[in-house]
Amino acid sequence: MLEIRDLHKSYPIGDSHLHVLKGIDLSVEDGEMVAIMGSSGSGKSTLLNIIGMLDHADSGEYILDGLPIKDLTEKKAALYRNKFLGFIFQSFNLINYKNALENVALPLYYQGMKRKERQEKALFHLGKVGLTDWAHHLPKELSGGQNQRVAIARALAANPKLLLADEPTGALDMNTSYEIMEFIQQLNDEGKTILMVTHEDDIAHMCKRIVRLRDGVIMEDTKIDQVRAKKHV
Amino acid sequence: MVKIFRFLFDRDTWQEVFGSLKKNTLRSVLTMVGVWWGILLLIGLLGSARGIENNFNVLFEDFATNSVFIGGGRTSMPFKGYEEGRPIILRLDDAKKVEENVEGVEFVVPRNMGNSKMSRKTFSGTFNITGDFPLLNVVAKPDLTLGRFINQRDIDERRKVIVISEDVYKQLFEKDEDPIGELVTVSNTSFTVIGVFKVVNFGGPQLDGHMPFTTFQQLYNRGDRIGWMMVTGKPEYDINQIDADVKLLLKNLKKVHPNDNRAFFGFNLGDQFSQFTGFLKGMQFLTWFVGLATLIAGVFAIGGILLITVKERTKEIGIRRALGATPIMIKKQIIVESVTLSLVAGFIGIITGGLILMWFNQSMLDSEEPFMRNPSVPIGIVFFALLIVVVLGTLIGLIPANKATSVKPIDALREE
Repeated sequence: MLEIRDLHKSYPIGDSHLHVLKGIDLSVEDGEMVAIMGSSGSGKSTLLNIIGMLDHADSGEYILDGLPIKDLTEKKAALYRNKFLGFIFQSFNLINYKNALENVALPLYYQGMKRKERQEKALFHLGKVGLTDWAHHLPKELSGGQNQRVAIARALAANPKLLLADEPTGALDMNTSYEIMEFIQQLNDEGKTILMVTHEDDIAHMCKRIVRLRDGVIMEDTKIDQVRAKKHV
Repeated sequence: MVKIFRFLFDRDTWQEVFGSLKKNTLRSVLTMVGVWWGILLLIGLLGSARGIENNFNVLFEDFATNSVFIGGGRTSMPFKGYEEGRPIILRLDDAKKVEENVEGVEFVVPRNMGNSKMSRKTFSGTFNITGDFPLLNVVAKPDLTLGRFINQRDIDERRKVIVISEDVYKQLFEKDEDPIGELVTVSNTSFTVIGVFKVVNFGGPQLDGHMPFTTFQQLYNRGDRIGWMMVTGKPEYDINQIDADVKLLLKNLKKVHPNDNRAFFGFNLGDQFSQFTGFLKGMQFLTWFVGLATLIAGVFAIGGILLITVKERTKEIGIRRALGATPIMIKKQIIVESVTLSLVAGFIGIITGGLILMWFNQSMLDSEEPFMRNPSVPIGIVFFALLIVVVLGTLIGLIPANKATSVKPIDALREE
């Protein structure tokens, strides 16, 4: 599914450079659920952003589902993001003047899908996260957990190969966090490949594999026994 | 091209555009004020200028505007043994010579004027009466509201008939009384009223009545002397040249020094007319200038506010791009927002401008002395103004549109 070899990334800071990623090798198979952990500054978010094509590496290889990702124009990156990737953010990143249904339908709009089909599909995905009745509510009328569920529905709408989550539970209380994790685990059960950045141990242990980063290199990469979120709810 | 049309006629496009405009209604409205005001000024001022011009044209509609009035004055220079201060008297045969000898002359109409007491029953007053030929009806057609003008038989038979102004009618007759065929007394002689005309005044003494030239001659014992002559040029000739030629001829005939400017008085209507039309042209130019400048300023205001909006929306744009919006899609949306704001403001401007012109028109119709007539703007100019708004709106929208996509999506998402 995902193949990364010797990935380097540095940011200019004043006159010097901050070397954030110092040669990352990572390979993720279909259906895996990987937690990327590390303290702040370890490079975990940068790695996720490069995988999400929101940022680009200085050197190294990145192959997504057999497709080498390099020298992307903005247009191509946008098309790939739309086609291959679903994003879940810590702060949900919903568009505040659009209701839940419109937010979920937005990636489909950018795909050029017909309006009716789009609405049906968006409603279907909202149903999957249990928010059919909230379809016409604005984000400010929904709770944090509901908003993150809308965001998950949006990430799923375009049926991406890979789901990228950047601290998906970072803005939620514990109960809601586990609720969200339950959804994400369900998605993984259905076969979606999931990559998640988190710094919370309990959340990381709900994945199937933990990759620990420190100072831009992978310190540890272990498969674990998944803790089911359902038990905690 | 087809793609652009599909984009423009897509319901979703407009939902996106109106969604983001509605999000901040106050800002959208304030943004539009500039363009609205520009269009309003353009329509209002152009319409008013046209109204004044229309009114002016109607006033002069029946008047040969390429004409000069020339009469005798007093010499101011001694010449050929004559002393200065000699009165110059024009006669009928001078008029004939002018008509025969000056190139480009179409008509020469000799006229006389006198101050006469006019009375009827118990009413009386002093009025300016002219002695005129029927030809006057051709070059300075009086606006007759009743009856007819002087004809050749009146001249030939020296009939005692008179055409009176509405003012005179009001003073000598009862309201709603039919004046045609009634008798009035002018300088102790009875005259039959044959017509009533509307006074059109554009400077000079007000005229109250026309009688046949020959009758005037006899009544006031004028012989073949004339007060002044009205000389009309053929359309293809320059009236200023005719004016100069006529004066030169008359100076020769009357033995006046060529540089004596006071021997004849003259009023060059053509000159006045072109000055006034020049003034109108200038006013139109000014209107265009002011209107367009305001319009441009308004569109710039839209661009400026959209630029701020785009900055505020950095994060939203980042989200959209993360979800797969290409830079082109984002740009298109912002340009359409800009054009939509400009166009809606433009339409409101056209409608309010039109309403103002309608209000002007109504108050002019109600007024005693309207200075405007049918103030309006040709539809072509309206479309032209809209076209300018659209073009400028697109161009100015490019700035915020480029700004919106210049931020990398990753940085945009980090924005709080």
